Amino acid sequence: MSDITLRTEGLSKRWGAFHANSDVSLTFKPGARHALIGPNGAGKTTFINLLTGSFLPSSGKVYLGGEDITTLPQHERVHRGMTRTFQLNTLFAGMTVLESVALAISERRGLQSVWYKTVANHPDVIAEAMELLATLKLTDQANSITRSMAYGKQRLVEIALALATRPRILLLDEPAAGIPSAESKELFEVLAHLPRDVTVLFIEHDMGLVFRFADRITVMVGGKVLTEGTPEEIAADPRVKEVYLGEAEHA
Amino acid sequence: MSAMTDIVSPNASQPVSIAKTAMTPTPASRTHLNLPNDRWKPMEIAFWLLPVIAYFAFPGYLVLISQIMIIGLFALSLDLILGYAGIVSLGHAAFFGLGAYTAGLLAVHGWGEPVSGLLAAAVVAGVFGFIVSFLVVRGQDLTRLMVTLGICLMLHEAANKASWLTGGVDGLSGMMVGNLFGVFEFDLNGTVAFWYSFAVLFVLFVVLRRMVKSPFGLSLIGIREGVRRMPSLGVNVNRRLIAIFTVSATIAGIAGALLAQTTQFVGLDSLGFPRSAELLIMLVLGGTGRLYGALVGAAVFMVAQDYISGLNPAYWQFYIGLLLVFIVLFARGGILGGLEKLAAGFKSKKEAV
Repeated sequence: MSDITLRTEGLSKRWGAFHANSDVSLTFKPGARHALIGPNGAGKTTFINLLTGSFLPSSGKVYLGGEDITTLPQHERVHRGMTRTFQLNTLFAGMTVLESVALAISERRGLQSVWYKTVANHPDVIAEAMELLATLKLTDQANSITRSMAYGKQRLVEIALALATRPRILLLDEPAAGIPSAESKELFEVLAHLPRDVTVLFIEHDMGLVFRFADRITVMVGGKVLTEGTPEEIAADPRVKEVYLGEAEHA
Repeated sequence: MSAMTDIVSPNASQPVSIAKTAMTPTPASRTHLNLPNDRWKPMEIAFWLLPVIAYFAFPGYLVLISQIMIIGLFALSLDLILGYAGIVSLGHAAFFGLGAYTAGLLAVHGWGEPVSGLLAAAVVAGVFGFIVSFLVVRGQDLTRLMVTLGICLMLHEAANKASWLTGGVDGLSGMMVGNLFGVFEFDLNGTVAFWYSFAVLFVLFVVLRRMVKSPFGLSLIGIREGVRRMPSLGVNVNRRLIAIFTVSATIAGIAGALLAQTTQFVGLDSLGFPRSAELLIMLVLGGTGRLYGALVGAAVFMVAQDYISGLNPAYWQFYIGLLLVFIVLFARGGILGGLEKLAAGFKSKKEAV
């Protein structure tokens, strides 16, 4: 098994005078269940965008294993095993759920060069897609057009597309945002059954889910890392309480 | 009525049973799954019999019917990039004209064998399309419109200036097109031209139909429906667009060469902006992203042009304009999209009874 440790070194992103991320240096070990928490505007999503290559950092480096992937295009990072989901559903509005997932699986298998064979003639792709949909309880929606589905169900498609790439590192940007809490528990149940060596980095605001699911927590505030530790350490950290209580007072 | 929805549906998918293929006994193994496949529906077979029927029913219109099929092939090329991948182009005549001049110049200078002329035109237009595609994928919609338009205008002007080669505004005449397969002479009635155009259109259609239903075709639809997600699935979007743009340019070049060979003439208008714009109108009229829309649009447009201009030569475009406005306002998805909605409405009504 090759080394898939994801690591950042002094990662920063500025837009003019605004520092979205400043000097973020973190390491994500293979198999970690790592939560990224912090108040709104702490730079969590920006950090994910820097990891996946949606943005180029103003300074700093991203390493995957030994390789510097700071300037690697997004799709190349996916080929190296790193996939993300989006905070706002980023799906294929006019396609069915099955078509979307079949597309993701076909791409992983490199079938785009087999232009003379129809999608329906790839039974192994269809079988894999249906199996994946079954784990997310989306079987009945296989033929539904994505845009016609309830938001919570679309959220599951968001996860399905990411899982279809068989990631070794999965970046989840508020996967449970907008779904009823019962369903979000189910969602994390599915994530809990991912292979043990898959690294999961997730942004989540529901502290119940964070403390149940994460074995490592990083707290970000104002674009910087405030602290990092085990759930017990974070729960006991007075600065973390202050950040959250402070935010509550403002709200 | 379900046959009707089949032919006009963009995915034209027929249920595929996965009972044999699913490995886990989920409830879905007893239901039908819709995925792009290439089974021929009755309506499609009927559609392809139309030209054959027209051949016997309207022997006096063979030239018009051939041109409809050729322009239909040209519209098909635009559907690949616009209807599937979502790339707008206002300069597709550049590739059409390039193909036409390639085949034309070969025939003028002693290479009159039609099939190899067609292949040469395909290669020239395809290579040029490949080069242009790098400019096209860089921008967004407006940039793409302007880049394709600019390329088309430049080629048009170049062909105009190089009148020693192309005949300039007078057009390229003196083509000596040889017999098809060395046997069939292009006759004045247009019989050979008709079957030649029909065969080329049909063969290319079958190939393209297969392609758009493949995982590659699905990825083009994915780019159209959610380009922001594609990199996260590991897709190099630009490379995919370059590939389909090159295919599209190749097909456009073949259509241009067909027109040159069957009319034994290449006019400067084959490279013109009006031809590019008309092409876009035809495709939108027929319906994008379903291949058949390109053919239906070309047929409706050219028959209307032929008929209305017979009644009132000066103002036929008025009615085309009216039809276009009506279509985009009330029947989004073009003629085929409108029919599909009607068919779906009829079906649900029947089920409600």
